[in-house]
Amino acid sequence: MTMFEAILLTVATAATPLLIAALGELVVERSGVLNLGVEGMMVMGAVTGFAVAQYTGSAWLGMFAAILAGAAFSLLFGFLTLTLITNQVATGLALTLLGLGASAMIGESFVGLPGVRMDSLYIQGLTDIPYVGKVLFGQDPIFYISILLTIGVAWFLFRTRAGLTLRAVGDNHTSAHALGVPVVRIRYLAVIFGGACAGLAGAQLSLVYVPQWVENMTSGRGWIALALVVFASWRPWRILAGAYLFGAVTIGQLHAQALGIGVPSQFMSSLPYLATIIVLVLISRNKRLTLMNTPTSLGKPFVPDR
Amino acid sequence: MKKLMMALTIAASFAVAGPALAADKLKIGFIYIGPPGDFGWTYQHDQGRKQLEKELGDKVETTFLENVPEGADAERSIERLARAGNKLIFTTSFGYMDATVKVAQKFPDVKFEHATGYKTAENVSVYNSRFYEGRYVQGVIAAKMSKAGVAGYIGSFPIPEVVEGINSFMLGAQSVNPNFKVKVIWANAWFDPAKEADAAKALIDQGVDIITQHTDSTAAMQVAAERKIKAFGQASDMIKFGPETQLTSIVDNWGPYYIERAKAVLDGTWKSHNVFEGMKEGLVVMAPYMNMPDDVKKLAEETQAKITSGELKPFTGPIKKQDGSEWLKAGETADDKTILSMNFYVAGVDDKLPK
Repeated sequence: MTMFEAILLTVATAATPLLIAALGELVVERSGVLNLGVEGMMVMGAVTGFAVAQYTGSAWLGMFAAILAGAAFSLLFGFLTLTLITNQVATGLALTLLGLGASAMIGESFVGLPGVRMDSLYIQGLTDIPYVGKVLFGQDPIFYISILLTIGVAWFLFRTRAGLTLRAVGDNHTSAHALGVPVVRIRYLAVIFGGACAGLAGAQLSLVYVPQWVENMTSGRGWIALALVVFASWRPWRILAGAYLFGAVTIGQLHAQALGIGVPSQFMSSLPYLATIIVLVLISRNKRLTLMNTPTSLGKPFVPDR
Repeated sequence: MKKLMMALTIAASFAVAGPALAADKLKIGFIYIGPPGDFGWTYQHDQGRKQLEKELGDKVETTFLENVPEGADAERSIERLARAGNKLIFTTSFGYMDATVKVAQKFPDVKFEHATGYKTAENVSVYNSRFYEGRYVQGVIAAKMSKAGVAGYIGSFPIPEVVEGINSFMLGAQSVNPNFKVKVIWANAWFDPAKEADAAKALIDQGVDIITQHTDSTAAMQVAAERKIKAFGQASDMIKFGPETQLTSIVDNWGPYYIERAKAVLDGTWKSHNVFEGMKEGLVVMAPYMNMPDDVKKLAEETQAKITSGELKPFTGPIKKQDGSEWLKAGETADDKTILSMNFYVAGVDDKLPK
């Protein structure tokens, strides 16, 4: 394995959870709902995935359980904000706090246990191709899911009638409602999809990235995913670019440190954030494009007036 | 955001710390910086608390507050423990120093024990551990085991406690192989498993074949196991995460100290002191030497024995600083004050120390 290939693999592992969680949140926000609970749903996914894999010995079952856990947890958010019309920002924050606390409680007996690792793909012949073999054909299953998910979300949002409806709900829920579109039902589905994605992202952390459970193991990755959605101005392919840019700068700065180039490490550690902010500023300079893509009803409560 | 979360966590931890019970028991309180489930720093303090409970049984009753941030919240938390009738309170992180001293003034009949600080008072003791003694042994092992002649070191923050460790590791390695190299990556976090794993991968990709860390999770150990190189654990015995990987681990063993101090309060002999203890006193324990040939194991054991007996002090001259200037003359040993405020590298470390 060459060093270049090794770095690419590390970057992909670092970018995948961000990509998946951000894609889920993208769909949620495109439907006009702002769910700040990504971190909480992600950490619930991580603990559930770990626990189920531990009991059954199967990383795959762990992954599916994590998806379900994330979805179930987001349903709580959906019920509060869509049915009871609570404030979305406050409810999302509460969901994060609840997730961090609940996962710590559930996971207490799993601390200090080595986890079950999800095996990477291996195809005789293809994986052994020099330079690109391991990157293209030798990664973990969740990496391939994340790429398919990007294609799927992009196709769904911009190439299907259902995607158009979802975006219409996000842009103007009153008009959509007047046209007979079931606004609340669509938002429920979007929120559940977002939760499932966050759960999957959490499973990637506890089954692939670092196969172990420790309290608060997401360490803020849910928040970065949230920022990525804005950074990508609500476009799926830009989320992919953003997640990989963030991953590449994160890994790049570690390598630069190991080479001992003498730049202060505090500065290096802030580089991924700095790079993201700079790109964000550059993108938002184009006001028309940003406005065009921002869901207009984002975060606004919808009360059907009959 | 983080502030809000902390505040809520504290509110929650207050809710669980129970009310005062039996009056004749000695009540002992602990303040933790992290969760006992971190399997590192706080975990080991909590192990110490459990040993204390086991040893003294129904003579004592312990309470702890977890996830207490350093700063204004610390003062309130410590005061709360004092008001709840705790007569002995352990504050287990450097940043609780000023808060501990301040609360101690208000409660002259309560004894306080602050870990890793330097401010004492009539009723405030300070205790610290010479982790660097273990690092020296690790350095000796690393230089014997590494084929590449380069070890990777994952640091948390460039504070004296961590810099001491890097220097001591380097000196231990140089005692075996004068040309040994150490590559350092600062994670700028005590606890971020994914980032620690990334740092380990980056170091391995750059050719190191031994990993040692001064961060709190077991992630680096797992990466080392996956890539089939050797590694050292940190704070607790991490052998479960790398049965064929861990060479040894520096285990923080606080239990005996906690028992000793609680007994002193019970029989009325408690006095304020400032201790900096290591292998000799049993505060620094090495996990079993594994996954190495017998001659290396023997050398490691000998080194450990020499440090324990006081025959070998890791910071003994001649030592040059990284910039080539002289730090210690031949035979001269560093005093504790210099060790506790170390902010420079010794010669041979392949990194620039962030200031």
